[in-house]
Amino acid sequence: MRVRTMLDERLGLKYGAGGRAMRALIEQVCLSGLGAAPVDGIGLAAMDDGAAIRVGDRWLVVTTDSHVVHPIFFPGGDIGRLAVSGTVNDLAVMGAVDPLALTCAIVMEEGFVRADLERVYLAIRQTCDEAGAVIVSGDTKVMGRGEIDGLIVNTTGVAWCHRVVPDSGLRPGDRILVTGTVGDHGMAIMAARHALALEGDLRSDVAPINGLIRAALDAGGEAIVAMKDPTRGGVSSAWHEMAEKSGVGVLIDEQAVPVRSQVRAAADLLGIDPLVVANEGKAVLGVRPDAAEAVLAALKAHPLGQDAAIVGHCLAQHTGAVILDTGFGRRLLAEPEGEPLPRIC
Amino acid sequence: MTAGNAADPTRELKFRDPGRARALVQALGRITTDIGRPVSVMHVCGSHEQAIAKYGLRSTFPRTLNVIMGPGCPVCITDTPEVDEGVALARQGVHIATYGDMLRVPGTVMSLADAQTDGAKIHVIYSTDQVVHLARTLQEPLVFFATGFETTAVATAAVVLRGVPDNLSILSAHKYIPPVMEIVAEMPDTKVEGFLAAGHAATITGWGVFEAFVERHRRPVVVAGFEPLDILAGLVRLLELIRDDSPQVANTFPRCVTREGNRRAQDQLWRVFRPVGGRWRGIAHVPNGNLRLRDEWQHLDARRRFAIDLAALWDYAPSGLAQACICGDIMAGLSSPGDCQLFGKECTPEKPVGACMVSSEGTCKIWHQYGGIPDVGALP
Amino acid sequence: MCLGVPGKVIEIHGDIATVDFWGVRREVRLDIVDEPVAPGDYILNHVGFAIRRIPEADIGETLALYEQLIAEAAQDDLMASDVRDEIAGTRERADDRR
Repeated sequence: MRVRTMLDERLGLKYGAGGRAMRALIEQVCLSGLGAAPVDGIGLAAMDDGAAIRVGDRWLVVTTDSHVVHPIFFPGGDIGRLAVSGTVNDLAVMGAVDPLALTCAIVMEEGFVRADLERVYLAIRQTCDEAGAVIVSGDTKVMGRGEIDGLIVNTTGVAWCHRVVPDSGLRPGDRILVTGTVGDHGMAIMAARHALALEGDLRSDVAPINGLIRAALDAGGEAIVAMKDPTRGGVSSAWHEMAEKSGVGVLIDEQAVPVRSQVRAAADLLGIDPLVVANEGKAVLGVRPDAAEAVLAALKAHPLGQDAAIVGHCLAQHTGAVILDTGFGRRLLAEPEGEPLPRIC
Repeated sequence: MTAGNAADPTRELKFRDPGRARALVQALGRITTDIGRPVSVMHVCGSHEQAIAKYGLRSTFPRTLNVIMGPGCPVCITDTPEVDEGVALARQGVHIATYGDMLRVPGTVMSLADAQTDGAKIHVIYSTDQVVHLARTLQEPLVFFATGFETTAVATAAVVLRGVPDNLSILSAHKYIPPVMEIVAEMPDTKVEGFLAAGHAATITGWGVFEAFVERHRRPVVVAGFEPLDILAGLVRLLELIRDDSPQVANTFPRCVTREGNRRAQDQLWRVFRPVGGRWRGIAHVPNGNLRLRDEWQHLDARRRFAIDLAALWDYAPSGLAQACICGDIMAGLSSPGDCQLFGKECTPEKPVGACMVSSEGTCKIWHQYGGIPDVGALP
Repeated sequence: MCLGVPGKVIEIHGDIATVDFWGVRREVRLDIVDEPVAPGDYILNHVGFAIRRIPEADIGETLALYEQLIAEAAQDDLMASDVRDEIAGTRERADDRR
């Protein structure tokens, strides 16, 4: 069903947007350039949230992320909190909820305000404390004024894990859950960009959710067969990837997807779908039908999971596709091109 | 389902109530059964198509009802030479302000987004107010690539009349909808039996502008809004008029549309713009379909202020592909995307040739994405 | 583009209204709306300009319109089903006579 995407000679912003173009770039340039040598575990070719390497009877899970969000301080968070949460959450949705160590490398633009950097490091520290993570190594570089924009932060995380949860284990009948309201981070970033002149209580959901995932895994165990964190491209991207990698169709009840009314209002005004917009404190779970209610209850009992919901289930037909029941009719949810605006995370 | 908010949720619910929607869909079914043959109707508004697609309404329509998207998407019908003008200026180093949906529309060689990748200064804006503010901040020459139908053109007219900074000029690619309905209605072999007119445009122009059209072409026109109930109600009314062979104008959007429309907005629109004939992508020439600045505003016209070097863009002649494009037929309901020799081969969403493949709600784009009309009605 | 979304006016300063769209606020210009607008009114916003003041009464009128269309179609169906019964009845009687 998928048509091979043609790559451009000059790579525009869409190639970092988390959607179809970026995946094509990774497949056709990164993977074939690097030669995805097989590892004993989950390697590059799986294009999962992280890698998992078998060591004895355990798995070492590794993930890396670069953060280029603009503005660096936004309602609900900042680049430091984002850098830690992003990596902790990538580890968590692979099944590794106890981060062993994180690295943190920064590249600053000449003239960057020291007080701002201190604020960023404070946020990194506080977020690490929340997650039970620790920064053990880093790097610092400065580039000339205008050579980069502000600040870029890269974090790499490692953790041990006894059971890796890929994003590809779904079967027909399995339930799809989201851990909370959708679209918060992306809409908050858009609102913070003054060009849009929107005021309202739009704040990012950025937070480390390893504790929340731990609660879910404690309740569901092996009945949780797929997990993903829906960052750029939103829950739509996450559902599409899970559907395609698992070889199932996904049917979503749109009215069951929790969305804050301010987020919906802002999205309506801007003509953007909350389902394709980034989240930084949420996860999408695939759960065997008989365990879904128990996992849902465990999520809702946790402070970060109070708005969790069962939003759909898997089908044998329409493999790789995501179908939306809007309440008025049904339609296919198209795979997003990527994040509607650049530099969202 | 939305997390709680105090601001009048009942109002929202009334126009998005699935129960009433079901009743209206049943009504549609009964009327099409009465008509007893396949019926094609056309809407001429990208926002209608977006609402229909977003709410999955097509999966609920009776099988004998064909709701065609006509040339009503301002993104789709902006022709390549017009996009080229914007791109050429951008590559000449001029700042360009544009609405977001025009960013990726391909010109002969590239889109504004492609030019941006190469370093051109493109600013995405959401209102004409913002363009003025941007001009004041930049202090360098700024060109506003003004696209959209008459509803959007009034926003351009309003700022022109209020006065704009000297460094701002306007590249008008605005369009006017009523003339293109004439073209569709006059196409020989067209199967379209009635039209759904855009509620927002009619808020400005009034529904009176359609009376002459109905007289001439003896086909009903129903003005409809954009909530799911609005669209369904509009279609029910339209099919009733078709069933009863009653060509007239009906208004199912009375909360926003009157017969005279918004006179103040019309005044401003026609003080600044005049209709001229021009090309619409996929349809070719539409008499009075383009809006250009009136003579007294020529000093604001980017086409006069700048020598736009289009030749620098064309390293080959505009392709013969455009001649094989049958978007015009598709929009008139005479053909479907599968009938087009370019569909899926030379014409794809990444490299579109015609209007229908450009917009996220264009017929060809939707077919290409979903592999035909998806049958998602019957599912467990 | 911000296309045709209704919102409620919170306050007005000259030609600019602050409008609430279900929890987010945006400034909207009043240059082209053809009626005086006051706080508490609903307006239809299009690319940052109010293009119409939506009278509360008209919202009720719209609902009545939906109900009317639904009722009319149901009426037609009752009539149609009567006619169908008639036809069926006639056919049966014709069959009986053969």
